[in-house]
Amino acid sequence: MKKKVQKKELLLQGNEAVVEGALKAGCNFFAGYPITPATEISEILSVRLPQLDGTFIQMEDEIASLGAVIGASLAGAKAMTATSGPGFSLMQENLGFAVIAEVPCVIVDAMRGGPSTGLPTMPSQGDVMQARWGTHGDHPIIALCPSTIRECYDLTIKAFNYSEKFRIPVVLLIDEVVAHMREKITICEDEDVEIFNRVKPTVPPEWYIPFEDTPKGVPAMANFGDGYRYHVTGLTHDIKGFPTSRPDEIDPFIRRLFRKVSQNFADIQIGEFYQTDDADITIIAYGCVARSARRAAADGRERGLKVGVLKMNTIWPFMRAQVEKVLRTSKVVIVPEMNMGQMSREVKRVNKGDAKVFTINKVDGKIITPQEILSRIKEVY
Amino acid sequence: MSYRYDIRLSGSGGQGLILMGIILAEAIGIYDGKYVAQTQSYGPEARGGSSKAEVVVSNAEIDYPKALKLDLLLAMNQKSCDDYYMDLKPEGILIVDSTFVKQLPTPRAYQIPFTRIAREKLKREMVANIVALGAISKLAPIVSSKAIEAAVLARVPKGTEKLNRDALKAGMTAAQKVKKISFPSAPAGFEDEDT
Repeated sequence: MKKKVQKKELLLQGNEAVVEGALKAGCNFFAGYPITPATEISEILSVRLPQLDGTFIQMEDEIASLGAVIGASLAGAKAMTATSGPGFSLMQENLGFAVIAEVPCVIVDAMRGGPSTGLPTMPSQGDVMQARWGTHGDHPIIALCPSTIRECYDLTIKAFNYSEKFRIPVVLLIDEVVAHMREKITICEDEDVEIFNRVKPTVPPEWYIPFEDTPKGVPAMANFGDGYRYHVTGLTHDIKGFPTSRPDEIDPFIRRLFRKVSQNFADIQIGEFYQTDDADITIIAYGCVARSARRAAADGRERGLKVGVLKMNTIWPFMRAQVEKVLRTSKVVIVPEMNMGQMSREVKRVNKGDAKVFTINKVDGKIITPQEILSRIKEVY
Repeated sequence: MSYRYDIRLSGSGGQGLILMGIILAEAIGIYDGKYVAQTQSYGPEARGGSSKAEVVVSNAEIDYPKALKLDLLLAMNQKSCDDYYMDLKPEGILIVDSTFVKQLPTPRAYQIPFTRIAREKLKREMVANIVALGAISKLAPIVSSKAIEAAVLARVPKGTEKLNRDALKAGMTAAQKVKKISFPSAPAGFEDEDT
């Protein structure tokens, strides 16, 4: 017999949908420091988490927030924090720690205008490269970017899944428009959503090798307090977790960190091709701008222009295969962004010359409009 | 064929415009069952400064979430009326709070003193936004009175239901009293939409 599905139709804000997604994914720990435009996430979780026997802590700043999240995750919690640009800057040091110690966690960065305090209530997409290279050292990272309220919910679940599956911090990059926008979303209470939990060791504690290289590159992770004693450090470490300076241990370790992500591109890289098959002009966009792009494409088609859209939901690792595909088939590729060209530089980097790549860069605190994209198309095509 | 109906609610921070936007979106989206996208824009100040909320309504999934050309503009102060009048479609509806908007850009505008009604009839200036919502439900063909009432009562704090219901009623009454301005009442194909 079919189970009765409980459906809830709600008008949710992007931040509220992130909360719903996080709770669905099993988030039971949040530490953060409120900041516009991510405050609603803290605000709502401060009510919801205690009701679900989870933990909410407002920390003294963002450095401590991510510190608490890392500690909680090492003890077995599914942990998250949420911030905006200024706080994300403070988190970079601990973000690197989470990468090297392979601690699963989710960091939401609701992008506002920057640099520094910048434009607290206005949107931008200025943190794209910060998500990639904000913390020092050569490292892999996963960053996801929703453009609808439904995607805020789905991608938050995915962010938790990736972080648990690959033992890596995952950044959810939302822009202010999507964070504060409200749309209707249907949530099924008992919907079967794939939830992934970290693999725990099956061997007795004395046989446990905490940073062992496996074919998947992801070692089993024991909770602190479960009797598996091991060392966690920000220093480059050997398979037992102790600092090493031996080149034959350092090299495989760093390469394993990268391999965890690079051998799973097919799983991690999510995007959507919209009418790109016959498109002469393809718009590559992400976040709220992807919505303007869809509108511009529809308007363009009405005027007889063959316009398509590649929407990126995965920002990092860069969706090279998908981008190369549209670069091969289109004559013109337009990359509209609310920054001075952080993603377009990547697109140009992989362009072999079949298409011409043009940018639209808007940094005035306003969303790029469909009209601006259309005007740019007319200018260059 | 899909349509778009673009609404902008504008004024200064503290007038409750964003709450209005949320309630209107909830009424249209949840209670009337259409597609909605609600966005907002405001300054870093807690009060004062410009504030606006936008609601886009459609019968299909909405791509661009901000208002393009306006079908309905509510201006709760003079500055917002001056700033946004030009975005109105020729047949778009302009509703102003005549407590604050003294200079009209067009004679074809509905003038209702929302703030004065709230202050004098309801003794609480803060419900001016709910009064305006009541008027919108009567003047614009986009939301039903039933839906707006349900949405208001679901969003306001407990214990204020009577005040807010009275505010809504006061807005509806005021709207029924103003002289109707003849426009093509709705975008083509809108009214025979199944809901």
